[in-house]
Amino acid sequence: MGTFHQGKHALHGITVVVDTKGSRVFIGRCDDWDDNGVILLDADEHQDGADGHSKQDYIAQAAQFGVWKKHDRVMVPGTDVASVTRLGDVVAG
Amino acid sequence: MPYDPIMVQPMREELTRIGVQELRSASDVDAFMQDKSGTAMVVVNSVCGCAAGQARPGVRLALQSEVKPDRVATVFAGQDLDATAKARSYFAQFPPSSPSIALFKDGAVVHFVPRHLIEGRDALSLANHLSEAFQKFCAPAVK
Repeated sequence: MGTFHQGKHALHGITVVVDTKGSRVFIGRCDDWDDNGVILLDADEHQDGADGHSKQDYIAQAAQFGVWKKHDRVMVPGTDVASVTRLGDVVAG
Repeated sequence: MPYDPIMVQPMREELTRIGVQELRSASDVDAFMQDKSGTAMVVVNSVCGCAAGQARPGVRLALQSEVKPDRVATVFAGQDLDATAKARSYFAQFPPSSPSIALFKDGAVVHFVPRHLIEGRDALSLANHLSEAFQKFCAPAVK
């Protein structure tokens, strides 16, 4: 038994990695995804190279235990989105 | 805003009716965690069907294993806020997510299943994941 979320993208409620065409990558719970972009809840973001970690390092680490949120809600514009992947499908580092 | 308690009650009972101890307050959590002997599991339950809808039956299936934790308890995120915060303080090294599951041995966390490893998977998949952890951490030592 659970709740229902009609009218949302199939990834609604799923924790996803949103990689951008630039240096930033976001991880959060997908609320919705449409032509305007991807809306994430309880999201973290990482800048490639920050703290000595590449995007790939950061994603692999997040795949183990999740992320500490920086944003309650963030919209990644559709024009910036390079890929959207389930975090649960990423092999942990 | 918390969901209507009447709507949430069946989600609580999915676990409590199989003997999982429900912890409704911070003091309940402390009392449960005070016993550091053996193995214990804490399930952070939640309303969202995207993940918790499979987490509860997955836990129920896993607990049918011969090898399982000595004690199992649950807190309900978004409902019992103090109890959930207190429970998370015992596995504070992990980012909070719900549902999630922490397995303890002798008072220390030995295995953690965050939400993103539950959502989108079926109950059997989670049950298998938990059963493997039970075998690794809850099985009696072979002499």
